[in-house]
Amino acid sequence: MTYIAKPKFHHPGLPKNELGYTHRDYEGKISTLCAGCGHDSITAAIIEACFQLSIEPHRVAKISGIGCSSKTPDYFLGNSHGFNSVHGRMPSVLTGANLANRDLIYLGVSGDGDSASIGFGQFAHSIRRGVNMTYIVENNGVYGLTKGQFSATADRGSKSKRGVVNSDNAIDLAAMALQLGASFVARSFSGDKTQLVPIVEAAIRHKGAAFIDVISPCVAFNNHAGSTKSFDYVREHNEAVNRLDIITGRAPIHIEQAPGTVQMVEQHDGTRLALRKLDADYDAHDRLAAMAFLQKHAAKGQVVTGLLYVDPEADDLHSHLNTVDAALNTLEAKDLCPGQSALDKINAALR
Amino acid sequence: MPAASPISSVNDFVVRFANVNGSGSASANELFARSILRHGVPVSPRNIFPSNIQGLPTWYEVRVTEDGHLGARGGVDMMVAMNPQTWDKDVASIEPGGYLFYDSTKPMPSSKFRDDISVIGVPLTAITNSTYTDPRQRQLFKNIIYLGALSALFEMDAKLIEQLIGEQYKGKEKLLSSNVHALHLGRDWALQNLKCPIGLRVRKADKVGDRIFVEGNSAAALGAVYGGASVCAWYPITPSSSLADAFTSHCKRLRHDPATGKAKYAIVQGEDELASIGIVIGAGWNGARAFTATSGPGISLMQEFIGLSYFAEIPAVIMNVQRAGPSTGMPTRTQQCDVISCAYASHGDTKHPLLFPEDPAEAFDMAAQCFDLAERLQTTIFLMLDLDIGMNHRLSRPFKWDDSKQLDRGKVMTAAMLDDGRDFGRYLDVDGDGIPYRTYPGTHPTKGSFFTRGTSRDRYARYTEEGPAYQDNMQRLLRKFETAKDLVPRPLQANAGKPTKYGVIYYGSTTPAMDEAIGMLEARGHQLDRLRVRAFPFHSSVPNFIADHDFVYVVEQNRDAQLRSLIVNECGIDPVRLVPILHYDGTPITARFIAKAIGDHLDQLKVTPLRKVGA
Ligand SMILES: Cc1ncc(C[n+]2csc(CCOP(=O)(O)OP(=O)(O)O)c2C)c(N)n1
Ligand code: SF4
Ligand SMILES: [Mg+2]
Repeated sequence: MTYIAKPKFHHPGLPKNELGYTHRDYEGKISTLCAGCGHDSITAAIIEACFQLSIEPHRVAKISGIGCSSKTPDYFLGNSHGFNSVHGRMPSVLTGANLANRDLIYLGVSGDGDSASIGFGQFAHSIRRGVNMTYIVENNGVYGLTKGQFSATADRGSKSKRGVVNSDNAIDLAAMALQLGASFVARSFSGDKTQLVPIVEAAIRHKGAAFIDVISPCVAFNNHAGSTKSFDYVREHNEAVNRLDIITGRAPIHIEQAPGTVQMVEQHDGTRLALRKLDADYDAHDRLAAMAFLQKHAAKGQVVTGLLYVDPEADDLHSHLNTVDAALNTLEAKDLCPGQSALDKINAALR
Repeated sequence: MPAASPISSVNDFVVRFANVNGSGSASANELFARSILRHGVPVSPRNIFPSNIQGLPTWYEVRVTEDGHLGARGGVDMMVAMNPQTWDKDVASIEPGGYLFYDSTKPMPSSKFRDDISVIGVPLTAITNSTYTDPRQRQLFKNIIYLGALSALFEMDAKLIEQLIGEQYKGKEKLLSSNVHALHLGRDWALQNLKCPIGLRVRKADKVGDRIFVEGNSAAALGAVYGGASVCAWYPITPSSSLADAFTSHCKRLRHDPATGKAKYAIVQGEDELASIGIVIGAGWNGARAFTATSGPGISLMQEFIGLSYFAEIPAVIMNVQRAGPSTGMPTRTQQCDVISCAYASHGDTKHPLLFPEDPAEAFDMAAQCFDLAERLQTTIFLMLDLDIGMNHRLSRPFKWDDSKQLDRGKVMTAAMLDDGRDFGRYLDVDGDGIPYRTYPGTHPTKGSFFTRGTSRDRYARYTEEGPAYQDNMQRLLRKFETAKDLVPRPLQANAGKPTKYGVIYYGSTTPAMDEAIGMLEARGHQLDRLRVRAFPFHSSVPNFIADHDFVYVVEQNRDAQLRSLIVNECGIDPVRLVPILHYDGTPITARFIAKAIGDHLDQLKVTPLRKVGA
């Protein structure tokens, strides 16, 4: 039952972040998802990322559509406002929320059904508008909540639990996001926390539309032989282009022994992303190359993961609209209402 | 020889311009309407246009009405027939004894005319072509030339028209003088070659006062500015697009920070109506005042979100500029056909407040009020405009604003209140009015956050699928709707001069025609008490009014008597007590139509008195 809040014992030994918060302060209700569901690992990664970034939990707005994936915002950041909105419409609700208050952090959580089918249009348009957000798709290739129908990200030829073979082409949301102009595009795997956590951190710090496609096996309906979104399949076919470390003002947190070359990317807010490249010829600044790279590997049946593209100089919808620095929801009558004197002039011009 | 004598009327007639869409006639025709206003004589103009941009017929009708009847009258006293395509129908529509004004450059066979009307030919093309060589100029000035000729025929004061042209082209001397020149070309030709004036005349009066001349869509958009809307999301659809356009231009003028030049608003053209309402709901959830403007098909698409706004109690404002039915064509005609679809929009048990403005001034007031109501009631509020109000210039009382007025942000629990230990339950009815407190996202580090979902939660927004919790919440929503009855604009009642057993209910753009019809009915010996409904849910004065009369007519512009159904349903009224009077051919309702429909009905009821001997 999700209304049972987790007991909050603050063990004195629990590690604290810069704000003095522990992990516990970033947790939410107890998950009602199936044990082993990939979505729960993503929840854990979001909690970890927010803890590491020392975000004030209540300064995050969590917005989702409808689906198992879209239920997860109840399971992290219990002190944030959350909105489990309408199937496929998280992007528009998030866009509106973001317009109302540019000062919060917007976390959009969606599923592959939510984003690649019913909400494909909203996915596309929120990204092309450059809404400042972290848009996470928990991608299991099926409709979990409605019991296992294929979604539009299911690979052609993959087999459902009932043995049906999917004959439709798959939509690659990361490739779409690149094409649509997302200024941050990544793909990861729910089972790869080391890769996923810094990606979520970097996406949150990114100013602009940050999109993350996270392959997230559905243990109930899509983790069998013949599925291309199962734990085993993804582990075997994962082609990581890089490992990411995020360096904020403080000491680097994740730097382990870095194999291969390391490329530093500095974002707007001063955070630096250290890209430890596994694939020597991968350049995360080149949108066209990223698109080609994805296609090339998809043809070989490989799932490319890592930070695929970032434009550290990106701006967002608010810059395009030239809105005031203050959050629109803080403006008062004196800011918004021009008063009778302006009306007198308007009246005079209408005679 | 004319069978009917020529119509003779001062300051009371209807001129209709039949033009080709895209020929630049619109601004000349509007200039005509405005110049009559400058004579102190009220006018009521209407566009009748197709949904094409260029090439198809379009009409502009000006009712000149010293008595100030701003509804459509019906019938045409003078046709300015500038479109060969619609000639036959246009000529046929002229009242007997009326006038036909046409371009006589090319001779027309006599079979093309009628002998019971006066025919006035002006060689417009010939005059234009001998003066201008540029094809664009020819087209534009031809319109001004016919305006000049009409000014002579109607005995209008040319100075007043020149003044208007002067205001329009202030600072553009060349355009100004060439327009004035064209005006006099037509006027002088008419004065020299025609018998001026004709029977229809404009005479100076003092009947306009301080009223303004404005379109309802522009007024509603201005109301949104004054009501504090800071987020607008919309998707183009006639007849509502001009509302969003007007909001954009009002904001450009009124809502930029003078120091930084930055915008105190955000306007997004959504990819569709689903996105538009989604953006509005997201912004409303997050504490900004947000609205969308749309029309019937958009309302259909927004259904799911409207229900979410009802259940999750999120403020939203939808301005619905109603039009007739789906597809293109008829939809650029007016109707009041979305009353039911808005009142009960969405799945589940839902109902939503509707506001019915009668004209631009009220559209301004109510548009602003919608935002207070939306935040006070935490739900979607509909402003029910229609094409007739929205897209026509209407003479209207000037806009007024009380500078001491503050925005009513409704029940919002702040960080300070939470720190004071106030109990926060998102769906808790603390005041007994059905309205709970909300918190904005980001308010407090540890208190007041909640998870928003459509249903399945208790008073503290905790997840539950228990039936009683669901019912408890639904009952509270009903209490909230009760509260709304006293918050929305009250109906306005006007009683007949003499006591009567009959009443009439009407709303929105029907108002001017209804007001005029009352006079016509009185002349026929029928007295009616009137109630103008201005909002749903209905205030108790609506059922009371019905109870006070034997029966009540409900006049509306749709086929299914939608407001009547709503009254029957919501007020538990016996349907036989409400007689529907319905007009729904896409043209605006007229006083003539109402007076005939009600008058005939009342005549039939009249018990014929026993003939008095010798009478
Ligand atoms: C308008 C509408 N249509 C259908 C549904 C039913 N529905 C609920 S969740 C869902 C699919 C969810 O799939 P996905 O987004 O992939 O989430 P998952 O459960 O797989 O995480 C559907 C079709 C709905 N809630 N609303
Ligand atoms: S059905 Fe699948 S997606 Fe839904 S909770 Fe279970 S494992 Fe996760
Ligand atoms: Mg899914």
